[in-house]
Amino acid sequence: MYGWIWRHLPGGTGLKTLQALVLVAAVCALLLFVVFPWVEPHLPFNDVTVD
Amino acid sequence: MDGEGTGGWRSVVRGIGEVLITGGLVLLLFVVYELYVTDYLTGRRQDELTQELREQWQQPPGETRQLRQVEIGDAFGVLRIPRLGEDYARVILEGTSEAELSQGPGHYEGTAMPGEAGNVALAGHRVGKGSPFLELDAMRPGDPIVVETADSWFVYRVLGDPATGDLAADPSGIPGRQIVRPADVDVIAPTPNQAASGPTGSYLTLTTCHPRFSARERLIIHARLEGGALPKADLPDGPPALFEG
Repeated sequence: MYGWIWRHLPGGTGLKTLQALVLVAAVCALLLFVVFPWVEPHLPFNDVTVD
Repeated sequence: MDGEGTGGWRSVVRGIGEVLITGGLVLLLFVVYELYVTDYLTGRRQDELTQELREQWQQPPGETRQLRQVEIGDAFGVLRIPRLGEDYARVILEGTSEAELSQGPGHYEGTAMPGEAGNVALAGHRVGKGSPFLELDAMRPGDPIVVETADSWFVYRVLGDPATGDLAADPSGIPGRQIVRPADVDVIAPTPNQAASGPTGSYLTLTTCHPRFSARERLIIHARLEGGALPKADLPDGPPALFEG
């Protein structure tokens, strides 16, 4: 998977590294600001109320 | 580069390995999110709410001052607990769904408002979301829990015997601290643990999850109002109870 992505990035090693870092940052941002906030309310360990 | 036959397997196994490692990293990132990122986001939101509330309280008296008229999601007071830190102050909101609790401690709908007879019940997160109630297990008998509203201070004191430090030894029979099952709603009854008897005094109850990082049980702190409303006009910096420590 990672090898496949690496082979398909254009440019030399330097440019590939830069693009790889941008991709990692984009995935982290997607997880932190979209996926996790959506998943979190469905998890059980956030219950603090009696009901 | 891959040979015939074994090459296909090799890339399949490598792919599985990469997926597993990626999954592990995503889980680690989720832990970082829960412990730090939510704290940061809630902290920023608390700052905004504090400013909004201060501005609202500057307004001349009007309908905004009627505590009974607060609606779900409204910020209406500030909770101060010196035991949890000299500058511990959290804006409390009406309602106990995740929408409110992710911003700060939430007030159970339908329970008493600060100063009223009955039980002011508040829920808050233990870990993450600003962790308002992380160290609630450190509360001792007699510790002040102060609620600030538009024009008054209310000082509640944790139940128990301050002389011996025994949280269970309150003359009323209501313990200062208890650990209960999540379905035990009697702890927020108008008289805590005595759902049938109606309001017999002015109490305040805090609920959070227990043990830390788990939601198996609930940690409960009970306190009783000391005196009555203290006008903010007389005590602009706060009641003496805030500066005992």
